[in-house]
Amino acid sequence: MNWQLLLDIVTVFISLSVVSIGGANAVLPDIRRQVVDVHGWMNEATFADLFAISHAAPGPNVIMVSLIGWHMAGFFGLVAATLAILVPSSLIAFAVGRVVNRWSDKRWIAVAKQGLVPIAVGLILASGISMIKAADHNLLLFLISLGTAAFMAFAGRNPLWALAGGTLLNILALQLGWPG
Amino acid sequence: MQHHIPLEVRDREVTRLDLFMGFAKIGLLGFGGVAPWARYVIVEERQWLTEREFAEVLGVGQVLPGPNTMNAAVMIGDRFHGIPGVLLCVLGQMLMPLVIVVTLAMIYAEFASIPQVNAALIGAAAGAAGLVLGTGIKMVQKLKPTGMALVFGGLAFVASGILELPIVWVVGVLAPLSIAAAAFERRHR
Repeated sequence: MNWQLLLDIVTVFISLSVVSIGGANAVLPDIRRQVVDVHGWMNEATFADLFAISHAAPGPNVIMVSLIGWHMAGFFGLVAATLAILVPSSLIAFAVGRVVNRWSDKRWIAVAKQGLVPIAVGLILASGISMIKAADHNLLLFLISLGTAAFMAFAGRNPLWALAGGTLLNILALQLGWPG
Repeated sequence: MQHHIPLEVRDREVTRLDLFMGFAKIGLLGFGGVAPWARYVIVEERQWLTEREFAEVLGVGQVLPGPNTMNAAVMIGDRFHGIPGVLLCVLGQMLMPLVIVVTLAMIYAEFASIPQVNAALIGAAAGAAGLVLGTGIKMVQKLKPTGMALVFGGLAFVASGILELPIVWVVGVLAPLSIAAAAFERRHR
């Protein structure tokens, strides 16, 4: 086992973890810079492939980092990269969560939580728009996005139906040769 | 008026297995982002948290480093079952996606060239984008924001979604202002 490589992986992702406000997508340019430019662990094309694969899989976007670890050093690389990106930020969340719970009856905690809610909701809406801009290359895809958005917002049923419907619709469109 | 069901009551209802299975579902279904599924499973399907409690946990998770939903998983796990709860929630959310992503990586070369598979992935990505947008819309409906909340939610949306400013700046500037506005609003109510 290449301990030096594992150590490098851990060092890179620990430092990214503590600055990753906004999650893995927010630090994606930094991840690319570190693994492609600074360390030369892979070329641009491989990085793009790993990005595409991690987005084809379900789960938190942070599995992109796990996949980079896997690509570089197999199972132990995956474990090292995953722990390095998750443990520091999770420890901070754990500590802050304890503080928030411990003093949940205090006014300033209630005020802080109240003030953060609109930021979280605004950023979810923003992330929806960003994803739509990135994903919808034609009218049909845009309609699929609108459809699942409406289903999620108003139907009150399991959103898996909407997701499956959108996926099948796009396969059907391919088979029928539209929108081309 | 906020309704807080005492956490001790819910501690008895949500078992460790529930936590693990719930977060496993969130991870397994979370294409293109887990936030919609986290909200659906935690608020609608299993009712572990109210809409507002969930939004608060997500809000705190948002201003900290790390994925907001992972931070939320840590805080929710700790609330219900302490450190074992944290481990179960994080592991539940990560385990299956990790197995799937490694499997995909091994067969990527073959599957990426199949047009139907490609169409499915593109369709799923469009659908997932809509789910995220719809989740935001639903939260706005349910939370019934005050004037200040609408202003700061709107600013965060425009800054990040339309102007595409870096999230760290959006959060760094708007979160303190929004908290100050919330304090002001409470005082003048």
